[in-house]
Amino acid sequence: MRAHRPSGARGAGAAPYLFLAPAVVLFTLFTAVPIVYTAYLSLRRTKVSGLGLGRGARREVFAGLDNYSAAVGDGELWAGWLRVLGYGAIVLTVMLGLALLFALLLDSAHVRLARFSRIALFLPYAVPGVVATLLWGFLYLPSVTPLRDLGIDAVLLGPGTVTFSMANIAVWGGTGFNMLVLYTALRAVPRTYYEAARIDGASERQIALRIKIPILMPAIILTTVFSVIATIQVFTEPTALRPLTNTISSTWSPLMKVYRDAFVNGDLYSAAATSIVIAAISLVLSFGFLRVVRDRAFQEG
Amino acid sequence: MRSGRLAVAGAAALALALSAGCSGGSRETAAPTAAQTSAAGPVTLSYWSWVPNMDKIVAVWNKAHPDIQVSVSKQAGGDDAAAKFLTAAKAGNPPDLIQAEYQMLPSFVAADAVADLTAGTTQIKGEFGEGIWGLVTLGTDAVYAIPQDSGPMMLYYRKDLFDKYGVQVPQTWDEYAEAARKVHKADPKVYLGTFSSKDPGSFAGLAQQAGAQWWSIQGESWKVAIDDDATKKVADYWGGLVKEGVIDGQPYFTPEWNKALNDGTLLTWPSAVWGPGVLSSNAPKGKGKWAIAPLPQWSAGEKATGFWGGSSTAVAQKSPNQAAATQFATWLNTDPEALSLLVTEGAVYPAATKGGAALTSAPDYFSNQPDFWQQTADISATARGFTFGPDVNVTYNAFKDAFDKAVQGTSSFSDAVKVMQETTVADMQKSGFQLAQ
Repeated sequence: MRAHRPSGARGAGAAPYLFLAPAVVLFTLFTAVPIVYTAYLSLRRTKVSGLGLGRGARREVFAGLDNYSAAVGDGELWAGWLRVLGYGAIVLTVMLGLALLFALLLDSAHVRLARFSRIALFLPYAVPGVVATLLWGFLYLPSVTPLRDLGIDAVLLGPGTVTFSMANIAVWGGTGFNMLVLYTALRAVPRTYYEAARIDGASERQIALRIKIPILMPAIILTTVFSVIATIQVFTEPTALRPLTNTISSTWSPLMKVYRDAFVNGDLYSAAATSIVIAAISLVLSFGFLRVVRDRAFQEG
Repeated sequence: MRSGRLAVAGAAALALALSAGCSGGSRETAAPTAAQTSAAGPVTLSYWSWVPNMDKIVAVWNKAHPDIQVSVSKQAGGDDAAAKFLTAAKAGNPPDLIQAEYQMLPSFVAADAVADLTAGTTQIKGEFGEGIWGLVTLGTDAVYAIPQDSGPMMLYYRKDLFDKYGVQVPQTWDEYAEAARKVHKADPKVYLGTFSSKDPGSFAGLAQQAGAQWWSIQGESWKVAIDDDATKKVADYWGGLVKEGVIDGQPYFTPEWNKALNDGTLLTWPSAVWGPGVLSSNAPKGKGKWAIAPLPQWSAGEKATGFWGGSSTAVAQKSPNQAAATQFATWLNTDPEALSLLVTEGAVYPAATKGGAALTSAPDYFSNQPDFWQQTADISATARGFTFGPDVNVTYNAFKDAFDKAVQGTSSFSDAVKVMQETTVADMQKSGFQLAQ
């Protein structure tokens, strides 16, 4: 062994790279290459000559930043952001509010049927998004909904209500997951804190507000960031609801516009540029949020 | 040392797995290339189609042609299949054969995704009507596909409820409007029809009937006239009725629509010859209650209709076995045995004129109308010709978005037609197509 040591030390030059290789190869193949290819596509466009029929009538040419200026200058994209902002405001507040409330309730000492409630609340998360949307979609459609039999005569897919109806689907599907994250974080808190508080005369409510929520802050921030990203990427619900109603356009959310450009209009190049714009905004929003709350949240933890 | 060796082994295994994963995609195309170079080996063709039971039809061909084997890959159909094919063609691994809807064919041609079949199809031109043949030549000298089925439009109506409300089968669109007012007045829950903002193909067919020509080729440039007078007339007609509230504005093919077809609150459906399949699955309760008639006309005594849907069989430009693929496509769409299989197994209305021979007994759903196919043939003969442009997908998407708004009442129907025209022209200009003013 001793005789080998010097040569082993010299040989260590290659070993770390070998260990790194699988990760680097996978990252390059499945993350870096697609991103670089998307960036490359976003700088190109097709150029048709004459009728565009027959061989060689269509070429791919360099487009510079044309696709970007078109993407940024397209009012539909920004209108889409506005719609998603409204939708996100509802989803974020209601979903995270409910998740926090349920987590606190389940964690409090006096709740019965805790295990059953936990599973019941989590179950919708296991339902695939498309299935959930169709399920709710049928409930929303005026002539097939059972709500009408109950005497509730609301237009749930009208221009004024469709955002709420969609937010409802997201809240239904997402509350359970977020609740579970928060609840798990709560279970990790030593019970002694609460005992000490109770001895000091704190009520359950005071314990929740003054002890549990501050301790939960990092978890709340985590779930918020995840939810912000999920909201920016909203696609399934509006796409699955669209065939059922006149109120959702093909560019309702920014990602739907990307899908339309790429696979309906057949313009991969614009779609690539718009994707990069969306990714940039998404990055700024999530990191911006983290930056704003970081100091407050993680100092104590 | 031990762990070092492990890492090497791990990396090697990973590299192996990755290369296996990569070659998986190209295996399909590699086989035919090999077969082509060695003339003796059998050729395998991949075929994307959404005709029901196409695998059974292909099995008959495969049995008789051991050296040209076709394998069918079932597709979801319509726009999704077209987008998938265009993507596959761009990626360089398209199927050899593809079911191409007539309106998508120009997009395929413009993307250089389908082959020119002129050489292999000179003998079969006479098997098809001129209007249909024009859809696969796009008015040029080339032949880009072989027609499979067509979708002449007619009026499906509830015979029993027409009697109940005392309505005659409308001969003109004016009579149709009158009937719409009459039945809606008799029962406010009942509509004579609905205008679907989700089905541009239906609207295109109705516009064709009125004489619209959305695209045409003039020399070396395209002329786009989606907002021509005929189309605006059709749009304003339906817009007026929707605004008046006597025609419903809900889309086709929704649970709502199925329910309305079933429970007798929707009395007509201007649709194509493939309607019986939809009605029998979506409105099973209506069996024997529906009947067909020619579409109402714009002026009395006229006889015209348009097409909604219909598709052809195209061969991919990148297919290494174009000749074999053309041979199969020709058999599928002109051979009497294949045509009869298309009718019985695939529930297809064949485009080939010989296909009429296979259409003997009326569809089960229309057993009350024994002359169903006779009527259909008469109606089909009155269909107007039409040329689709190279970006129908853009136009159709613009239709959905613009007419969604129009049906909600936030813009007028003829404005929606204008949006379609502007979106289409802008897209063609952006791509660099030559446009005639």
